[in-house]
Amino acid sequence: MLTDVKIAKLREDFPVLSEQVNGHPLVYFDNAATSQRPKAVIDAMNHFYFHDNANVHRGIHALSERATHDYELARSKVQQFIGAADASEIIFTRGTTESINLVAQTYGKATLKAGDEILISHMEHHANIVPWQMLCEQTGALLKIIPINHAGELVLDNITTLIHARTKIVALTHVSNSLGTINDISSIIQQAHAVGAKVLIDGAQAVPHMSVSVRALDCDFYCFSGHKLYGPTGIGILYGKAELLKHMPPYQGGGSMIKTVSFEKTTYQDSPYRFEAGTPAIAEAIGLGAAIDYVNHIGLDVMAAHEHALLDYATTQILTIPGLTIIGQAAHKASILSFIMDGIHPHDISTIVDKYGVAIRAGHHCTMPTMVFYQVAATARASFAFYNTFKEVDIFVDALKNAREIFS
Amino acid sequence: MQNLRDLYQDLIVDHNRHPRNFHDMTDANCFAEGVNPLCGDQLSLYLKVENNVIVAASFLGKGCAISVSSASLMTEWLRGKSCEEAETMFTLFHDLLTDEKADVDPTSLGKLAVFSGVREYPTRVKCATLAWHAMHAALHDESQIVSTENE
Repeated sequence: MLTDVKIAKLREDFPVLSEQVNGHPLVYFDNAATSQRPKAVIDAMNHFYFHDNANVHRGIHALSERATHDYELARSKVQQFIGAADASEIIFTRGTTESINLVAQTYGKATLKAGDEILISHMEHHANIVPWQMLCEQTGALLKIIPINHAGELVLDNITTLIHARTKIVALTHVSNSLGTINDISSIIQQAHAVGAKVLIDGAQAVPHMSVSVRALDCDFYCFSGHKLYGPTGIGILYGKAELLKHMPPYQGGGSMIKTVSFEKTTYQDSPYRFEAGTPAIAEAIGLGAAIDYVNHIGLDVMAAHEHALLDYATTQILTIPGLTIIGQAAHKASILSFIMDGIHPHDISTIVDKYGVAIRAGHHCTMPTMVFYQVAATARASFAFYNTFKEVDIFVDALKNAREIFS
Repeated sequence: MQNLRDLYQDLIVDHNRHPRNFHDMTDANCFAEGVNPLCGDQLSLYLKVENNVIVAASFLGKGCAISVSSASLMTEWLRGKSCEEAETMFTLFHDLLTDEKADVDPTSLGKLAVFSGVREYPTRVKCATLAWHAMHAALHDESQIVSTENE
């Protein structure tokens, strides 16, 4: 369990958490947008640039060997972290968005035909909508939507009418970024496989909050970003089953992804290099490896238990404010708290709490269809990480009460 | 908290809660739409112009307190002004919010000076100026929907 004393100690690992904002200590509740980085991550990247910086692969000198070793070590750490069978199933990308686009433009474009169906849900992030719409335009495939209920849960009563022989790809979020819902993806994965469809899971919000085993889930693709997992920006992961990656065409052409090049015929590398054209984000990959070490050291379960306690406490506290409605009340939720207040636009809420040093997000959270479902233009969203405290929740709730007063 | 009150002054809060001239206008001869899709702010602006004078102004829409109160106060101010006066005020208002070098005397803006506090909130300037950009578009008969999100 994370006691107050332990959290105070862990907060020292995050230099930015001692910032003052508008004369108040920073209360950082925008973790679902991006988390903060511990010194261990910053130091790992600095160490690389200070001592080991060189390009990876094929360099016949000491620094390149060190850089290659550290880069591939990061890949192994990711493999173990998400329980993949082999490191070749781990592809470094720029982030979740690129991971999804990669699958759409390689596997999707190579296999889909007109009339085939891609199934997503009503609570997807734009990154798990738009790449599939683009693929539909290219192939004539059709986009189908799993509906949601008012609590913000997937409605699976008639799922057999949505998952059937024409369904080729099911792309689902593991945890909703705007509602906090944790989806029971295992059963959907099984049903999709029963009709021969492949399943991609957007794990951007899940990986920081729960231990994920891609083998236990049996998903075909799993995507997440480094920067929501206390790692750097500009690095993300695409996991793909080896058997699928083996037959997928390359994503981008260039250096590193080839075996031989001639003007007549070029042959491609095997996974993961086939999908990593050009010089990769080396320091960022190493930083992500350090972030995984950091998370493992504390323990995802321990972190998640504290985050859940924060969510429960914050939920109870903000409901004492008159005219406040929580958007997303699923039975199973990660530490994301979306809400609206009568007569106060979310942007005004965000400006007001910022004056108290509290950083939240206000807007549509890249989920415009979800906002339309709830008939709101935007919500305010607080999202908690393990380094947040109950006292910070109190500061946040006081700030919301002040917003209520200003607009009363 | 005083500096919050500098932004959310009573006048702004009041015009947000009870926007003035908040209706459509069947006999309007100038019209424009302003939309900031990322924010969700949206307004339709109606003007009736006779002999180069704005004789009536109204709006419908939704948005944050800054954008709604700005539209409300603007429609109040516009009534009886010439098109040139409206354009001059647009420039003045814009400078007050964005141009640190501009030497704008807030008293020359009357009630509209209530938005001077927005200057301290760069992300909110687009909320305050949306209605004014719509006014400019309406007077110039620009059919394109106005947005201030890429300013």
